[in-house]
Amino acid sequence: MKFTRIEAPYWSAETNVASLMLQVLAALVPAALAHVWFFGPGFIFNLLVASIFAIAGEAVMMWVRGRPPEAALSDYSAIVTAALLAFALPSLTPWWVTATGALFGVVVAKHLYGGLGFNIFNPAMAGYVVILVTFPTHLNLWVAPRMGDIDYQHLSVIQTLAFTLTGNLPDALTFDAVSRATPLDAMKSGLNNMATAIEVRANPVMGDFGGRGWEWIGNFIAIGGFWLLIRKIIRWQIPVGVGVGLLVPATIIFLIDPGTSPGPGFHLFAGASILCAFFIATDPVSAATSTRGRFIYGLGIGFLIWCIRRWGSYADGVAFAVLIMNMAVPAIDKFTRPRIVGHRRGEDGNG
Amino acid sequence: MRTVRRALPRGLHHDETIVVSAPTYDLGKLHGGLRLPSHKQGSAAKAIVDVPVPPQLMLPVEQHVGHPAQPVVAVGDTVLKGQLLAEPDGELGAPVHASSSGKIVAIEPWPVSRRLGDKAPCIVIECDGRDQPMPAIASEDYTSQTPADLLLRILDGGIVGLGGAVFPTAQKLMQARTCETEFLILNGVECEPYISCDDVLMREHATEILSGAQVLLHALQVDTCFIAVESDKPEAIARLEEVLSDINDERIVLKLVPTIYPSGGEDQLVQLVTNREVPSGGLPTDVGCIVQNVGTAAAVHDWILRNEPLISRVTTITGDGVASPVNVRARIGTPVEKVIQHAGGYTELARHLIIGGPMTGKSVTTDDVPVVKASNCVLVVSTPPFKGKELACIRCGDCAAVCPVQLLPQQLSWYARADDEEKLREFGLTDCIECGCCDLVCPSHIPLTADFRIAKGRIRELADEKARAERARQRFEARNQRLVQEREEREAELARQKQSAKSAGPAAIAEILKRKQQARKDDSA
Repeated sequence: MKFTRIEAPYWSAETNVASLMLQVLAALVPAALAHVWFFGPGFIFNLLVASIFAIAGEAVMMWVRGRPPEAALSDYSAIVTAALLAFALPSLTPWWVTATGALFGVVVAKHLYGGLGFNIFNPAMAGYVVILVTFPTHLNLWVAPRMGDIDYQHLSVIQTLAFTLTGNLPDALTFDAVSRATPLDAMKSGLNNMATAIEVRANPVMGDFGGRGWEWIGNFIAIGGFWLLIRKIIRWQIPVGVGVGLLVPATIIFLIDPGTSPGPGFHLFAGASILCAFFIATDPVSAATSTRGRFIYGLGIGFLIWCIRRWGSYADGVAFAVLIMNMAVPAIDKFTRPRIVGHRRGEDGNG
Repeated sequence: MRTVRRALPRGLHHDETIVVSAPTYDLGKLHGGLRLPSHKQGSAAKAIVDVPVPPQLMLPVEQHVGHPAQPVVAVGDTVLKGQLLAEPDGELGAPVHASSSGKIVAIEPWPVSRRLGDKAPCIVIECDGRDQPMPAIASEDYTSQTPADLLLRILDGGIVGLGGAVFPTAQKLMQARTCETEFLILNGVECEPYISCDDVLMREHATEILSGAQVLLHALQVDTCFIAVESDKPEAIARLEEVLSDINDERIVLKLVPTIYPSGGEDQLVQLVTNREVPSGGLPTDVGCIVQNVGTAAAVHDWILRNEPLISRVTTITGDGVASPVNVRARIGTPVEKVIQHAGGYTELARHLIIGGPMTGKSVTTDDVPVVKASNCVLVVSTPPFKGKELACIRCGDCAAVCPVQLLPQQLSWYARADDEEKLREFGLTDCIECGCCDLVCPSHIPLTADFRIAKGRIRELADEKARAERARQRFEARNQRLVQEREEREAELARQKQSAKSAGPAAIAEILKRKQQARKDDSA
């Protein structure tokens, strides 16, 4: 009898890139629902706009690069990029802002570097930073979270959609009426105005730890993150690294001088810290690969977030921290190579 | 059996007064590895089936690491079972014996299960069906033999490592004798899925294995033997314990290792059992260990105590491509086709024939290949539903997490495809044991192990080429030097002639000139 020859190992791999990406998306669903609950349906429109442009950008770039477009679309990585971008955007964001971010992320940060697997920078964060510096006013317009006791002008679904499409609020409304400072903004401007951190925390947007509403979204992101950890889609080194890098300096300074700096709980639950720890920094393509390297990479991101929040001119520093550490990845990988079994450390090829 | 007074897993400490029949657990730790579905139940549950002698036996002369053996028989000779057919050639090798009696009908290339070559020289025996053995010779009691004599005797048995690596056992033992070897480790781990030949051998022939271990201990003059068995083989463990308590040999200790692939790799096992790392490019003997498969120990017993050379082995016939997976004892040289019949024949799923296990075996195109000393498993499988389209690496690092040698397979694959030999060396390509773990976990379905095999081959070729170029350069330089030397010698001779002519005086010079003129005239005429 005749047989066909195949290559060892003759065994099936159970994972594939598409299922990894789908699981990441699934893990974001609780947080997405919470986001819609607290900040209105704008998140859905942002997600749709970002997805459409990310997918279109990916398809066009694949075609330009002479590859089958459907191959790139079937791995869902463009949608993950779009989802992360949507989480970073205020719920009231005009479509062209979102589109710019999605296209820059996918076309420039991803495909001009060679596509999935070759991009040095996290596409979602690269896109976010570009729109942050291009459309700064739009990205500071966060509506107040839906909490009973906060004076809140409610935008209907139609009004939100109209804003997304035109960038104009309904006639009767002004931005001042619908938007509120984010907790990080409130903290930054309060501290700049010589208020103490404790005074700033009396602001009604502040919750138990971070911002009201925000900290609930943070909880739901963490649930998704722990699920990914259990599924071994991500490993603990980066999330823990981010946490340690952010919370250790925050705690030390808070203990020394509680007046000028918010506590570790605020740093963890305000802004995008938790999203960064579980979903942004853990993007494998742009992160360090070795076990030790990943911890150091996370540590660097956490520490930079804290630095930017404390000394930078931006309220949050997640995107910048991630992009800066993306640049450090080759060096981290070089110096954290594991010792090959049977070699002594420091010997040829062992870091 | 030795009393165990060591912490057991999960902090279970045994009362010291109780003689613990439980074996000791591993001390070392293995990086990475995978827990794979075992697929062994079907074949391991049944007793070993003896495959009758087939009409024809194909015995490759190269069934071991080293040089092919040199045939000492000719076509037309009649041979008896156990008769020497080919003897080792050079320092490294093993003899080949007739697996049954009959007539040599050919010595010709035949399909074999090697990775690259399709055919290799085989001695073909037309069996007479009588299975007539060699006349028995009274064998000396091995305990009265010196280790050196015993090693030479083991060499004559044609015994090689039966775990699949087929390194000649006698030479391995001899090498270990030159080092300070402390431990003999018998490998009964059998971590690769589907394969259960060592498991059933331990269940049915524990006595022979342990007796073989005693022979090996004597040959090595070593005082400690660890028998390493994976913890998922309770029947084999129970049987070994039983026999161990019968023979009451303090030197032999049973060790359980965790059920993780590839804990049965030679270096990995040393690491697990002794917590010592075999240095890169080195041998277990560098850390005082020598590893032998349990099947090899049984073969040593058969040869030394029963005078039967290595002419048969236990092989697992399994996979969804055969009707009834089973372990068989087949004569070396039996065509796989004949063996398959004892597993109920092929099913309609049979698409690929693999000699060896699903992780490291060799895929062959025909079942004409014979069962050889290396064949621990014959795996017949349907087209696996695996290896979707290959995508770019997303640097997830899962490959590095499972690598038992702690390599960075994704980096290696990058350099392998870029053909960057220097980087490949730096990142430890030569340390890769080709276990296939990285392949299995890769979400992008990159054929990492195949890449590494190809890269290793290319580096070997390159080294060969370099060696050839170096030899050519040396020849060229030697030739140049010879030419220079010849010219110098000629010039020196000329100068000497001139000198002697000068000293002979004008008359002699005139005489010489005249002779030369005469010669020139003759030439032109």
